[in-house]
Amino acid sequence: MVEFHLPRGLAARVLGAVLLLLLTGGLLVSGSAWLNGRQAARQAYDRILLGAASDIAESTRIQDGRPVVDLPVSAFKLLAQAPEDRVYYAVHGPSGGLVTGLDLAAVVAPRPRSGAAAEYFDAPLQGERARFVQLVRRFAERDFSGEIVVIVGQTLRARRGMALGLVLDALWPMAAAGLALMLLAWVVIRSALRPLKALSADLSHRDPYDLTPMPAESLPSELQVMIESMNRFMGRLDRQVRAMRTLISDSAHQLRTPVAAIRIQAEAALEEPEPESRNRVLARLLARTRSLSTLLDQLLSHALVMHRADSAPRALLDLREIALDIVERRDHEVLAPEVELRLVIGETPVMVWADAFSVGEAAQNLLVNALKHGIGPVTLGVEQCGAEAILWVRDAGHGPDPAIAERLGRRFERSPASGENNVGLGLSIVKAVAAAFDGRIGMQTGELGFQVSLILPSADVKETVE
Amino acid sequence: MRHAARRGLADLLLAALSLLAILTAPTVVEAAGPERGAVFGEGGTPLIFRSTTDMTIIRPVLERFVERNPDLAVHYEQWASNALFDNSRAACEGEGGGDPADAVLSSAVQHMVWLVNAACGSPYVSANTAALPEARRWRDELWGITEEPAVIIYNTGAIRGQDVPRSRFALLDMMRTQPDLLRGRIATYDLAESGLGYLFAHSDSLEATSFGALLEGFARTEAVATCCSSEIIRDVAEGKFLIAYNVLGSYVTERRSPEVGVVMPEDYTLVLSRAYMIPRQARQKEAAARLLDFLLSPEARKILTKIGLVAHMDPAETGLPLSARRAIALSPSLLVAMDRHRRDRLLSLWEGAFVPPFRP
Repeated sequence: MVEFHLPRGLAARVLGAVLLLLLTGGLLVSGSAWLNGRQAARQAYDRILLGAASDIAESTRIQDGRPVVDLPVSAFKLLAQAPEDRVYYAVHGPSGGLVTGLDLAAVVAPRPRSGAAAEYFDAPLQGERARFVQLVRRFAERDFSGEIVVIVGQTLRARRGMALGLVLDALWPMAAAGLALMLLAWVVIRSALRPLKALSADLSHRDPYDLTPMPAESLPSELQVMIESMNRFMGRLDRQVRAMRTLISDSAHQLRTPVAAIRIQAEAALEEPEPESRNRVLARLLARTRSLSTLLDQLLSHALVMHRADSAPRALLDLREIALDIVERRDHEVLAPEVELRLVIGETPVMVWADAFSVGEAAQNLLVNALKHGIGPVTLGVEQCGAEAILWVRDAGHGPDPAIAERLGRRFERSPASGENNVGLGLSIVKAVAAAFDGRIGMQTGELGFQVSLILPSADVKETVE
Repeated sequence: MRHAARRGLADLLLAALSLLAILTAPTVVEAAGPERGAVFGEGGTPLIFRSTTDMTIIRPVLERFVERNPDLAVHYEQWASNALFDNSRAACEGEGGGDPADAVLSSAVQHMVWLVNAACGSPYVSANTAALPEARRWRDELWGITEEPAVIIYNTGAIRGQDVPRSRFALLDMMRTQPDLLRGRIATYDLAESGLGYLFAHSDSLEATSFGALLEGFARTEAVATCCSSEIIRDVAEGKFLIAYNVLGSYVTERRSPEVGVVMPEDYTLVLSRAYMIPRQARQKEAAARLLDFLLSPEARKILTKIGLVAHMDPAETGLPLSARRAIALSPSLLVAMDRHRRDRLLSLWEGAFVPPFRP
């Protein structure tokens, strides 16, 4: 079994296919040209044979009750149209006996009559293939009644020569056309593949850290699809790389100070001789450690949300379930036992396409913010508003000052009121989630208090069911 | 007609019967063998060369050939044309005893065409053969070596100046105007006897309508149909015949005598080219091809011209225009000459013209 290896280059593949196509076509046309040529040669020389046979038949007359052939030279002049071919002739009487002929010893037997006046047949002539015609002439004379059969034959040299000539005449222009087509195909393929070449040149010259999108406007549509998906991929990669950098720089920036403080307080605790003041220092140390733990949680959560927003597959989820989960977790009872928490959800599902974990984290952060900074009671609610699904948290306070509110959501932005436990990452996580799922953050102060909302595009349930 | 008068009816019948025997039973090998033979050269490779050409005429060509090819020994055999045909045909059909010929050269070109048409020849191509004109080769299996015109000869003592018939029409006029002078003194080949005479008569019958008039004229002047070139030429030289029609020019050249004048008829002159064939059964095809190339070479042509087998036919020399030359082409048309009905018809025309009113 022969294994076929496709050539690696696209151009070579297409050219190969075109060549194969042209060759197949060429073979088919050659075959048909050969058949046509043979047919034409056969017809042309069959007519000559018939002409010669007719000549001989016409020159036969009845003399004394016997057919006599006055063999005409014109018949042989006709046959000499095929100058290199050997000839045969014979005239048979009514009983099949030979009247006259070329070779009285080597007779080509007449064929059985089929009724036609002239019949052609193939038979060997001294070991060489030859073509014969058999012609019948009827006589109705006083002293002779019956028919004579004239057989004239010729070898096939001239026929082959003519057929070959016709085929070659037909094939030369075709070969030239095939060559021209091949050249044309080469040019066309080259120009069609030029954008691809430019693309690969662009890619190979690109900085390995350059993740900016590649221009796709001037490319053929097939390539645009590819480039767009590649650009999407590169964008995601870019965001992830940036998120990773942020995480590292945040961690470095945020962790250094508390860790240094913990170390100093631990050293101070070691040096404190008084048990009472040592206990005080230890208590502060514990508080610091807790704060660091919270910070770590938030950092990791933020990183996780940033990561998931890009990489986690979106699923259809009901915002009511998210809210319910958070309330049922009862974290708020630990965090702020004195604040009353209410849950407002409707009966119809509020569906979005998102990542349950990310949305859960965002909602958790919103709630924690309200519990910490707001005034009770705090309400967690979910509602559908037109094409938007809204998860909101409301407290009875007035919200932050407009100047602070403007800066809210930036990383590490702390209000003067925020204590050590707050590092300002909460709203930033919400913002990141909103951005990841094509949503936004809404803030408003109303009669009922200050409300922060995570607004996501609502999933068209009908569409998803279909 | 004198000859017919001399010859009995029995002879005629016998000739007809033997002819019939040849035609109807071709596979019967004639007992007739070569008339003469000789070996030229002392080489180790024998080359059997059968020909109708007189050995004494062709001798210088063969001597030069073996001189050039010392590895060959040419076994030359001189045959009568009919016997040579039967021999070649038997060899071709795988019958007949003895060694097959390696090369055959015959003046009976219709026989040779018949043999090649029956696939008895083997092909050969060289620069020399390719240079031959169309009329002198066929299928690259048959080649015309010589150029010998059919001429009218006359006795220069009896006919001279304006009286010499330069064309067939002049001869016809002469037979009409001087019947008494020419009565019984015009000779030509006997068609039934001479293959060459038959070939010329056949070609004449195809060439022009003058043939019928000629036959008529021959009948009126009681022309003599006889055999054998040498006798005819001798008799013309001696004045027994005044004119002989369609004599092979090469024989006249060979037996040149001042009493014999030669005319190449200006209306048309038939030119015979002896045909050379390498039989399919030949054992020494390569040597036969060498002989062929030699025969066509300028060197051999010079010798052939000298011995008369290639005639001087320069228009400036003979006054014969090129258009009057009628080569007897080596082509399947010659098969017509071999047809028995055609032959019967020509012979009956001939005999009819020659039947004398006072035949016993």
